Amino acid sequence: MSAAVSLPPALAELVDDFAGVGPKDRLQLLLELSQELPDLPERYTDAAATMEQVPECQSPLFLAVEVDADAERHVHLYFSAPPEAPTTRGFASIMHAGLDGQPAAAVLAVPDDFYTALGLAQAVSPLRLRGMAAMLARIKRQVREA
Amino acid sequence: MLIACSVLVVTLILPGLTLPVLVRALGVQADTDTDPVAARRCRKATPTQPDGSKATLLRPRAPGTSLATMAIENDTDPKLAAYAHPERLVTTAWLAEHLGADGLVVVESDEDVLLYDTGHIPGAVKVDWHTELNDPVTRDYVDGERFAQICAERGISRDTTVVFYGDRNNWWATYALWVFALFGHADLRILDGGRAKWVAEGRELTTEQPKPTPAEYPVVERDDATIRAFKDDVLAHLGQPLVDVRSPGEYSGELLHMPDYPQEGAVRGGHIPGAASVPWARAAAEDATFKPRADLEAIYLQEQGLSADDDVIAYCRIGERSATRGSC
Repeated sequence: MSAAVSLPPALAELVDDFAGVGPKDRLQLLLELSQELPDLPERYTDAAATMEQVPECQSPLFLAVEVDADAERHVHLYFSAPPEAPTTRGFASIMHAGLDGQPAAAVLAVPDDFYTALGLAQAVSPLRLRGMAAMLARIKRQVREA
Repeated sequence: MLIACSVLVVTLILPGLTLPVLVRALGVQADTDTDPVAARRCRKATPTQPDGSKATLLRPRAPGTSLATMAIENDTDPKLAAYAHPERLVTTAWLAEHLGADGLVVVESDEDVLLYDTGHIPGAVKVDWHTELNDPVTRDYVDGERFAQICAERGISRDTTVVFYGDRNNWWATYALWVFALFGHADLRILDGGRAKWVAEGRELTTEQPKPTPAEYPVVERDDATIRAFKDDVLAHLGQPLVDVRSPGEYSGELLHMPDYPQEGAVRGGHIPGAASVPWARAAAEDATFKPRADLEAIYLQEQGLSADDDVIAYCRIGERSATRGSC
């Protein structure tokens, strides 16, 4: 798909995974991803004090962005979301699996509306998807400011 | 999407205040998302009658199934018994005892569309308020045909006892109950304390998907007149009690959205003239149950001066908060 052209390989693969199955299986995929969101390192234990909240998400979600000092400025992402918010955790997990470890330029090149290609609007609803758009916007801003 | 409606709470507690009605397109606060709901009404009149009088396509009942044999006893818990409509609530203990009973279907309705799939009450089916109870084209609730499908697929027939529960203080569970009430489904109950209390008590959850035997459900015309209030109804109601269940900041106009939900806002700030500010959370206890009747009377009767005979319209922005208020 054309959208994949400007996506980092891991994110493009995720988009293909979602696009390749029906709406019900997309929810299952999102649920599995929500269970794969890595635990936070100790330095972010106090999420509210050390991370940026993404209030556009339905449930409390905090994110932190670290950018390496190397030439490609590799990006590292950290997310905190409660277990009773699996949809929000799933969105965060898509970001993590798709963008963690990527060069800054690749993260900044991800189209703001890439998530529409996941085909989740029908199963999850467009309203809920806004959280993912907000997450990407805040990640990009932190990368630019880093 | 913040709706938790307080109307249900009041009804159970205060005789005379019954189920809520949503007002569409309030002049004060237009919705910016797909939800048409803004307010709910408590009427003196009994809510929608379950007599099927509005049914357009009532299918004959299968031989041998009568309403009498399907009825499930009410929860006689003393706290619930004090409410105006104790038959609308069940405790977690009652539900645990009655799981699997013939004629009972448990429905989980959450804000988070995936929460049910992480583990739910054994045998419970899922209804998603956003993708299933709202029509994406008309921006209104689903019609009778779609509603009949939703019920039939889940093994719900017209005489089924439906117990709703969900996350977030039962916001979406009461929302779903309220939508079911628009179609005149008779026996609708809320799990007091919702999902949070069930989980806190360490009760069983499962990820096993139930496979309900499809039921027959008649296509019933949605009754938008009895427990739902539209803009013109509210205009005609001005001068009589209105309860704004949103946060104080939304009521004053300082905020256009719920605290922590900046992506979902009203177009204009402020409240309907004459509305009292009684945020929905005041009716909720710490464990997500409804407060006991005496506490609710202190708020709605003593403090706000409402009486059991009042015709009250409760509203929030899209209906979930005002639904919880109507639940009692």
